[in-house]
Formats: sequence, structure tokens, C-alpha cells
Amino acid sequence: MNNSGNQPLTGLVDIEKPLTINDYKARGGYIGAEKALTEYSPAQVLKIVQDSGLKGRGGAGFPTGMKWSFVPMFAPDDEQAPDNKYLVCNADEMEPGTYKDRLLLEGVPHQLVEAMIIAGYTIGANKAYIFLRGEYHLAARRLQSAIDEAYQEKWLGSDIQGRGYHLDLYVHTSAGRYICGEETALINALEGKRANPRAKPPFPQVSGLFGKPTIVNNVETLSNLPHILKNGVQWFQQLSPNSDAGTKIYGACGRVKSPGLWELPMGVTIRDVLYGHAGGMQDGLKLKGLLPGGASTDFLLPEHLDTPMDYDSIAKAGSRLGTGGLIVLDDQNCPVAMVLNLMRFFAQESCGWCTPCRDGTPWAVEVLARIEAGNGNAEDLDTLAKLCDFMWIGKTHCALAPGAVEPLKSALKYFHDEFEQHIDHGCCPYHQNATGGH
Amino acid sequence: MQVIETVTLDYRSYLTANEIAAIEHEASIMETREAAGIEALKVVQAHRGWVSDDSLLAIAQLLNISTAQLEGVATFYNLIYRQPVGKYVIHICDSISCHLTGYEQVLAAIKNHLGIEYGQTTKDGLFTLLSNVCLGGCDKSPVMMIGKRHYEYLTPESAVAIINGLSVNVDTQNVVAEKVEIDHE
Repeated sequence: MNNSGNQPLTGLVDIEKPLTINDYKARGGYIGAEKALTEYSPAQVLKIVQDSGLKGRGGAGFPTGMKWSFVPMFAPDDEQAPDNKYLVCNADEMEPGTYKDRLLLEGVPHQLVEAMIIAGYTIGANKAYIFLRGEYHLAARRLQSAIDEAYQEKWLGSDIQGRGYHLDLYVHTSAGRYICGEETALINALEGKRANPRAKPPFPQVSGLFGKPTIVNNVETLSNLPHILKNGVQWFQQLSPNSDAGTKIYGACGRVKSPGLWELPMGVTIRDVLYGHAGGMQDGLKLKGLLPGGASTDFLLPEHLDTPMDYDSIAKAGSRLGTGGLIVLDDQNCPVAMVLNLMRFFAQESCGWCTPCRDGTPWAVEVLARIEAGNGNAEDLDTLAKLCDFMWIGKTHCALAPGAVEPLKSALKYFHDEFEQHIDHGCCPYHQNATGGH
Repeated sequence: MQVIETVTLDYRSYLTANEIAAIEHEASIMETREAAGIEALKVVQAHRGWVSDDSLLAIAQLLNISTAQLEGVATFYNLIYRQPVGKYVIHICDSISCHLTGYEQVLAAIKNHLGIEYGQTTKDGLFTLLSNVCLGGCDKSPVMMIGKRHYEYLTPESAVAIINGLSVNVDTQNVVAEKVEIDHE
């Protein structure tokens, strides 16, 4: 009955027709939740998740067990206890170049429902929401169908499986803004407000949704839980050869031979993902650089190909693992145009709350557009460098602007010659070859 | 003397019973009525195609929140239309993977074929063209979304063919955008 294998997250994915609850159970589903509810107290499940070493797969890589441990726990008769706590699944997958959660949402929705039962039980939440991006219509329908089945089979609602635990689970489809992926902005969106991030502290674990203790976890993070509960901590750790436990869903997009998604041991090299799985570059193209984990990570170069894709190794190479999806730049596409495209995204999606982000991102777009059009001057590069400083960590309200800086700052470092060529020649040297807009 | 016209409206006669029921359901699973605001905007948009000023007033009244606050929410989110749109709203992904694989040529072909720019609707009221941030189809780029369906591996030719296919299948009933549910399964 152990179907977790070495690809636990994607082993049961069927993108054409996801498993019904009975088929999912027949393939080992809901065993993890059953174990949690029958064999362990919430504190014991928390200990298991802490010991597993599971880290958040949404981009920040924060240890999941530690995050949960900040939720205040109360005895049932404690007068201080809040009347509710909330669990929220962050399924607002809007990081450009990221499409891994979609696979899990569309392909194996029951895995997420089961995961949320385990997480909700652990933190003592009786209400949970899946915050789903509005464009994922198919995922919305399949999740709702899985939730309906789970209610029918007494895996949701009151007195789950006769174990006395109550959990209601709802799908909330977003109306679309990248900033909703930031967990406090997401909470504001769930409250029906503009999705401006909140000041911290208080942290959501103490005062989140409707002022109650709230945990927000990414889809891929949560999806590990049924397997950790079912197979244990040791099994989870031996999935990976290095210190970061478990598997990771890696991706590669851009002009590579076979773009896609692959669940692999945490810490495989960039080379393994790009050449072993994505088939390398399309014919006639050479690798120029790549973003290792979504739009808001620093460029890496061909010389970094043997870097393991785990949190620490990618950080040492000067970037972030982020979401683990490679965005690959070929030698016929213009790096300035690529950074311009990324910066336009961040400028559009800035929530407008703090000045460095609201004014800095459009300013960077203006300068980058000028350079790309061949109208740049030498001072523009200084301006861009200054903007990278103005929008860096500690000077903004949240991580959006620093995320926008990462590809820009690293491009100025690694592709300095290309920026200068645009300025010196008064045109984009890639004009004839690029797929991009000119 | 300048006279400022104010609109009075009773949501009970403006919103349909179906709309009110759907909004009340959303409000019932949230702790506050305000929290159902975004869902309420989506409900009305699903029935009417877009969110007019009158719709905004009616929802604000039903949920007992200020119209200005709801307008602030409605204009914050990308998928709430505050202007009339065509029967089909074409959302072209303009993010990084689609950029690297040439969405600009697809966009140019669509603009040329329909004779509209971003934000415009064709004269026959069939198509509105909008950009969309990353649609999460990066391994199948370029991509676009029309109604509830995502179209992948686009070329200029295939995009125009898809649009032509939709124009041919138009029925004569007055169906609004979000009601056009093209199933994926």
C-alpha cells in the first residue's frame, strides 16, 4: 500500500482525470491523515514535522515545523483561547516562470485536502481556506469536487472519522494580484480588502485572518505532509542525499528542448535539471544565463551549472532557490529585454503601498525601456544601480521590490557588456535574433 | 450652483435572487460580510459580464460596506472588469516564459486580425483584448486564456484560428462573457 516511492508528491498525479477519493484511498491516500488523527496528539504531529526538516516550498524556505510552533496552543477549557484558528493554503501561484503547484492542484487534489486535515489538526484550526489564483479554473473545479467527496466520506466537517476533530474547508478564488502570494497580503485579500501586506509583528501565527492565529503554507509544502506522516521522518530525509530533506518539484522553461516539471531529490544540480531532464537548449541556441527559482531570483551563469539546487547551495552561488523553476535565457534573446519584461511585471503588480516599490519599479522600467530602445546613456546604468539600492531589503514594506531587484542587479553584474553595447551602439544588438518584442 | 447628482438604488430590485443567494452563501462562510466583497464582485460579473457603478452600489449596500471601499477593492484586482467587455475576453500572457518564446508575434497577429489594441473591444462586441500576468503555463508557452479555458503552444496562426473558431460558433443568444464556460475535461 506504500505508493509514496521516491516521487511522493507527483506519484499519484493524473492530469487527465484525477483520482476519486476511493481510488486515492486504494492507492494509499488518507493513511497519513488517519495516522495523525488516531495515533498522535497535535503536539506529536508537530514534533514529527519539525524533525522531518521540511522547509516551505513557496520560495522563502522557512522550516514548516518552526512556523507552526509559533501558533499558541491552549487547553480546551482555557479562557484565553481564541474562538478559532485558521489554516490557509497559499495556492496563489503567480510567480512568473512557476507552474508546479498547478500540477498538484489539477492532478491530485485529494493529496492537498488530506494534507490540510493534518495541518489543521496540528495547529488546532477548525476552518481552512485554499486561496487559489483566479485563472486556475480547472483546479478550482477539481478541488471543489475533491472537497465535496471528502465531506461525503466524513473526512471533512464535524467529528472527522469519529475522532472528534472538526474542519471545514473552502476554496477561495482570487481576483488576481501577484502580491496576494505574500502571506499577510493574502490574509487581507481573504478579508475582502485590497491586498496590501501588513506590518509585522504581529505575525499571522499569533494574529492573522480576522485577528486569529493563522498558518499560511504553500501547496507543495503541505502536499508533503501525508507522506511524512505515513512513512516517517527517516524515510523523508533519505529521499534527499543532502541536508535539505525530501524531494522538490523542479521545472525548466524558456527555449529548452523539453520544458516541463520533474519531482527529484532535493539538491540535484542545475545541470541535471537543465540537461538531464529538460534536454538542454534548443538546436542552435546556447545557454546564456538562468533564473533558478522564478522571476524574483538572481541570474546564475553557465559556470554555476554544477550547483546543487538546495536552499544553501543556491544562496552560496549568489541567488535563491525560490520556487525551483528554472527560467532559461538563451544567447539569441536579449538580457536587457528579459529584465525589462520582468520589471514591467513587478511594476504592474506592486501594490502601491510603499514609495520605493510604487515609484522605483516604474522608474526602472522607464530606464530599461530607454536602454533597450537604443536611447540610453551612460548615466542610466548608475541610475539602475541606485534604484537597486533604494528598493533593497529593509527599505521597503515587503519582499516584492527586493525580489524585483534580484534579476536586475545580477543582470547589471553579469551582462554589463550587453547593457553597454545597447548604449554605445544606440540599438539592441539582439534585434535580429530575439523572439522578444522590438 | 453646481448640482451633484446622486444615485439611489435598492439592491433588492437591482440584484437578481440568484445573485443575492450566491453572495449570501459567500458571506456565510466568512466571519464578516465585508470579507465576501471580492466574491460578490465576481458573482455579479459572472452574471452580467462586468461590474457597473450601479452593481457596485448594490453590492456595497447588500454587504453593508462603503461604496468607496468596495471601489478600492474592485479596481485593485486584475480580474474584475470595471468597464463593459466583449463576449470573449482574451487574456494574453505577457510574462517571462511567453516573452522568451515569442508571445509578441502572437499578440501582433491577434491585434492585426481583430483590429483592436489592449483594452479595446471589437465593434461586434465579441472580443476584448487584455494582457495577463504569468498564467502558469510556462512549459507550454506562449499561452492565453479565453473564458475559463487556457490555450497553449500558441503560434500567430493557431491563435488566429482559435479566435476564428470562437466567432464561427457564436450563437445568437445574448450570452455574457463569464457564462461562456468552455470545459477542459
